Amino acid sequence: MTDQLKLDFEKTLKNINFSKNEIETRQNYLNKFLKNGIPNRNLENWKFSDLSQIIKKNIGELSFYNDYSSSNKIDSSIFVSGLEQNKIVFVNGRVEKIDFQHEEKDKIEIIENTELNHNLKNINSLVDLNNAFTNKHLKIIIKNNYELKKPLIIYHSTNQKIKSKNINTRLDFLLEKNSCLKIIDIFNDSSEKNFVNIFYNFDLKKDSILKNYKIDKLKNNNIKYSYNNIDQDDNSVSETFILSAGSSFLKNEINCNLSGKYSSAFVNGIFSLKDKNHHEIRTSINHLIENTKSYQLIKSVSEDDTKAVYQGKIFVNSKAQKTDGYQLSKAILLDEKTEFNAKPELEIYADDVKCSHGSASGSLDDNSIFYLMSRGLNYKEAKELLINGFLLDVVNKITDPEIKNLIKNTIGLKE
Amino acid sequence: MREKELNKLKDYKYGFTTDIENIRAPKGLNKEVIEFISKAKKEPKWMLDWRMKAFERLKNLKEPNWQKPKYPKIDYQDIYYYSAPKSASEKPKNLDELDPKLLETYKKLGIPLQEQQRLNGIAVDAVFDSVSVATTFKDKLNEVGVIFCSISEAIQKHPELVKKYLGSVIPLTDHYFATLNSAVFTDGSFVYIPKGVRCPMELSTYFRINASQTGQFERTLIIADEGSYVSYLEGCTAPMRDENQLHAANVELIALDNAEIKYSTVQNWYPGDENGKGGIYNFVTKRGLCKGKNSKISWTQVETGSAITWKYPSCILRGDNSVGEFYSIAITNNHQKADTGTKMIHLGKNTRSKIISKGISAGFSDMTYRGLVDISSKAKNSRNYTQCDSLLMGNKCGAHTVPYIKNKNSDSNIAHEATTSKISEEQLHYCQQRGLNQEEAVGLIVNGFCKEVLQQLPMEFAVEAQKLVGISLEGSVG
Repeated sequence: MTDQLKLDFEKTLKNINFSKNEIETRQNYLNKFLKNGIPNRNLENWKFSDLSQIIKKNIGELSFYNDYSSSNKIDSSIFVSGLEQNKIVFVNGRVEKIDFQHEEKDKIEIIENTELNHNLKNINSLVDLNNAFTNKHLKIIIKNNYELKKPLIIYHSTNQKIKSKNINTRLDFLLEKNSCLKIIDIFNDSSEKNFVNIFYNFDLKKDSILKNYKIDKLKNNNIKYSYNNIDQDDNSVSETFILSAGSSFLKNEINCNLSGKYSSAFVNGIFSLKDKNHHEIRTSINHLIENTKSYQLIKSVSEDDTKAVYQGKIFVNSKAQKTDGYQLSKAILLDEKTEFNAKPELEIYADDVKCSHGSASGSLDDNSIFYLMSRGLNYKEAKELLINGFLLDVVNKITDPEIKNLIKNTIGLKE
Repeated sequence: MREKELNKLKDYKYGFTTDIENIRAPKGLNKEVIEFISKAKKEPKWMLDWRMKAFERLKNLKEPNWQKPKYPKIDYQDIYYYSAPKSASEKPKNLDELDPKLLETYKKLGIPLQEQQRLNGIAVDAVFDSVSVATTFKDKLNEVGVIFCSISEAIQKHPELVKKYLGSVIPLTDHYFATLNSAVFTDGSFVYIPKGVRCPMELSTYFRINASQTGQFERTLIIADEGSYVSYLEGCTAPMRDENQLHAANVELIALDNAEIKYSTVQNWYPGDENGKGGIYNFVTKRGLCKGKNSKISWTQVETGSAITWKYPSCILRGDNSVGEFYSIAITNNHQKADTGTKMIHLGKNTRSKIISKGISAGFSDMTYRGLVDISSKAKNSRNYTQCDSLLMGNKCGAHTVPYIKNKNSDSNIAHEATTSKISEEQLHYCQQRGLNQEEAVGLIVNGFCKEVLQQLPMEFAVEAQKLVGISLEGSVG
């Protein structure tokens, strides 16, 4: 893999005009990645999902060079209908369309740059890989006191042209004071066996609100990794919702730094797994200052040789008195072969806090099924009704009514 | 007056040393030392071979380093692996022959061996540094066929049992400290409860580290044959020293069909002084195997001592319908560190496990609950319930919860709950209003917090443990 990587890196550099400085930093990131490689299960965070093995088994050899010189056709059938929206469209990792038609032009600034913001902390080797290879890097700034009228939908689509490729996508968002942004990520793949590596960096200033909904519903044979880094200032709110269902492997990581007073973070997630899929959500909520709040709710329904993993961590710094942290994960296993693993972790260094977590997993409740069947439902209906109610709980946490309906319909939940 | 009394209590009251002549093996870890230990114990050849096998294996193993409390590197060549009171080189036949100094020591520790001869109480095996010095109530136990003796004695007298079960739960090759123990273990207790016997009294071992620069490596093996029951207690103390001493024990429990083992520990090794100097490294491997159907193993621990506690008493639930329980109170103060919890490995059908863990950290200490619940795909209809609560006193300490939950069976249920908080101002205020001072109020609330676990202890221990909880937290409030 190493030689391939180096060759592909040379090729990538040739095709994009980088400054000398930039080449050097990217080289550094590459070296860091070469040193650590694709994460494997020897690392605590990858204990339940050995990515190195998964790639080897499902893809084999990866290639890292992508030709971004010519544009790809956008298949407009992928767009969500019935919802007015702003769009960013990625096809095979290339930005094909940026469209903020519903918004005031001077309130949103988009910086297209090939130079990266390099003052990121050491996160993991996949972020290093992303930094080394990502081509065009977008930074989107929402100006003071501006609330986007319509949600921004980011379409991540791939077509059949690519196979066994690594695609790296990177977006930066800056939400200035008192601004508000809603993002929906929608994955739509007609390609197979690629490794998609997505990195978002959010900077939330005072009083700003971020809502991010990630929808991975359509079945595909790609392997995906997504990392959200969210830095929050005073009184800001972040809400993240994850629907984890379609890809053969998907790991979502949310790293949230609550560094402003009265800031809060909400993470909700649903696993709905079939067909040997293996999905993971890992959250790390860092309470760094007093009076911060976090709430996490993850629910999983799985069958068919699948594996769902939830690793959630609440970290409370010694300065972060009056922290309120809550975390709950629940799983229903529908058949013999499926597996649910959880590692809900608390790391607490302050005493005046209220932190708790709960985790439960098991089968559908026989009594409830009996109750419903005695009232005339057949087994299948009773089962569906129970699952419907189980998952609806999470969807109801979504604060935006329009998007809530969209997600409800995507999953097929009934009120 | 009160102040005076408190000050007295604040100090570690078991911190004295006994001035007694020792026989020691040469310092260091090598073949000769292992041979020395084996020879001193008059062990048969198979035992020495077993030790050598472990020693060979040890060369390929690395010390684990995933634990939360980090410690300076241990120089394994700088430890005495064997130390015994000279007077005990020939094990006395009855207590009258025992060195009076030893008797005095145990009396100071609150375990008057002689009086216990007369009182109808608990059978005690006293382990001093590396050897077992006395076992009480042997005759009475013999009547019902219970074997309770030191492991060295068992190796000579009951080799067939030892051969069959030693290392069957914690294999030779398990991990660094378990393997080290297998190579150099010196003494410990051996218990065998025959078929259908309900052990008539509590069995108990009292461990004492006395000599300096010594490591204590004891090995305990408890076998409960079909339909039997035993309750076993363990207590530990050590003198105050500036150095860190290593205590790496292996405890193996085996429960056959319908048998039940209840294992309780009150661990009060010297925790080091206020600045974190000295204290025992308590790196213990404890594991129970529910081998037979309907068997049950229950661990109860009160961990108040040691500079670093690093242990996970575990249950392997292999027999169908077997039950594993784990009740724990861990208290850390000053610079103590603890990384403790349990593993419940469900292999058989209809197995059940319950984990109740209470952690209290104060001062500059750091406490981690780390636990694994693993329900395998064959363990149909299994259940687990876990509850771990942590209490923090002050903002210089830490409390962490790291549970690993693996469910591979759709018929099984796992429930896990954890909370972390401090003592509520309201409760404190309420108690103080009724005339308790702050420390007393905290003591009362903490005892209530721990009650679920304290209830699991046998009566005699429960009283001691309750006091210990109070003492461990002295000076941490206000």
